Amino acid sequence: MAFTDVLVNFWPRLLHGLGLTLLLTGVSAVLAAAISLPLAVFRTNASAKAQLPLRVYISFMRGTPLLGQLFLIYYGSGQFRPALQEVGLWTFFRDPFNCAILAFTLNSVAYQIEILRGGLMGVPAGQIEAAKAVGMNRLQAYRRIILPHTYRIAQPALGNEIILLMKGSAVASVITIFDLMGETKTIFAKTFDFSIYLWAAVIYLVLTAVFVRAWRYLEKLLNPHLAGHAPAGALHPVMGMR
Amino acid sequence: MLELFSFGDTGWGDELLAGFGVTVALAAVTLPVGILLGFAVALASMSKNRVLRSIGIGYTTIFRGVPELLTLFTVYNGAALILNQIAKAANPEAGFVELSPFVAGVVSLGLVFGAFSAEVLRGAFQALDKGQIEAGLAVGMRPVHVFHRIKLPQVWRFALPGLGNLWVNLVKDTALVSIISLNDLMRMTSVAVGFTKKPFTFFLVACLAYWAVCALSEVVAAKLEERANRGIRRA
Repeated sequence: MAFTDVLVNFWPRLLHGLGLTLLLTGVSAVLAAAISLPLAVFRTNASAKAQLPLRVYISFMRGTPLLGQLFLIYYGSGQFRPALQEVGLWTFFRDPFNCAILAFTLNSVAYQIEILRGGLMGVPAGQIEAAKAVGMNRLQAYRRIILPHTYRIAQPALGNEIILLMKGSAVASVITIFDLMGETKTIFAKTFDFSIYLWAAVIYLVLTAVFVRAWRYLEKLLNPHLAGHAPAGALHPVMGMR
Repeated sequence: MLELFSFGDTGWGDELLAGFGVTVALAAVTLPVGILLGFAVALASMSKNRVLRSIGIGYTTIFRGVPELLTLFTVYNGAALILNQIAKAANPEAGFVELSPFVAGVVSLGLVFGAFSAEVLRGAFQALDKGQIEAGLAVGMRPVHVFHRIKLPQVWRFALPGLGNLWVNLVKDTALVSIISLNDLMRMTSVAVGFTKKPFTFFLVACLAYWAVCALSEVVAAKLEERANRGIRRA
């Protein structure tokens, strides 16, 4: 039994799993990015009292296992089946893929809000004053000055978050989704060929490595004025953890 | 509603509490294993020996880049295969041997914690003031003494915030071990759900329990940080 046998025999299934992992990660990351921006602005500007519910939400999402959140949505929705059927949402919650996307998005929103908040607070005060002084209204200041700064500051940390989301998406395999982890488990159950786990690890590592490269390239594009300088913050998975 | 969580034969309170105990025990046993591994790997990746350094860096890269769930399954199934081969070799009539899920959990979560804490500790070691180490050697301390008296207290101080984060992640990651049927909080909750058909209620309670542990951990970490930073002048 050669080390590569399982790869030769099952590569279409691994490819399918890889596609699903990318889809889960990509859709959740983009949805969370869209939702977290207005919430991060709110989290930075609103009064302590007004943002209390949001802070509780963020704390809950960061203080509970992703697996628990997934179960809460996928299995938990069953408890409200009649009500969900009435409003026509039951077909959405019955599908494990939808539930995984929902859970990962809600989870990532909490992390991305805090990352963006750090970026928003890192915008130099002089820049905002200058924007006001030349007569920009709030919207213009955000669009032209504050948000470009924010995303430059937050970009490395957002990259870490996407990597962690990709790793975390493996729990989707528990609710019968055949992502890379799910396919790996089924192939092992069929063949008892241990090398499939090592191949899966290699695929995940390559995926991370490629993403890190692409994200660094994006960082260069976003910071043309820093060409030739060392990047402000290199990707580092330890910084923000799930 | 409350009688669902009562103790005894009618409610699930005692079962959930037992599961909670297993969760806490798993995290508490993994922590020292992971920190010791982290120290070893951090020292290896800062070593002057190239082979050791490559091993350290390779280790942290792999275990930080691979999903925790995959590490868990690799350890659990891999150990089972190896154990069975050994058992077969020793006694051809031996039955199927299985690694206990608890041990598999400690090993795999320890491997992951070791990789992440190695990076935290490496950062802490590199933040040490070189002059202090030279001063220690200059007054005649042996390297062991320098490590124990000068390096370690400060590494602890620098590494505490990072280690606190990792501990919270460890607590949350223990939930994964329920998938290989360790009777932890998450699995006992699933069992309760199977009987009561109240998935939302029970999974919410389980989540609240994890949340409470994480919140408490943050308070303790803040206290430890305060203590580790006593005598440090703040700018």
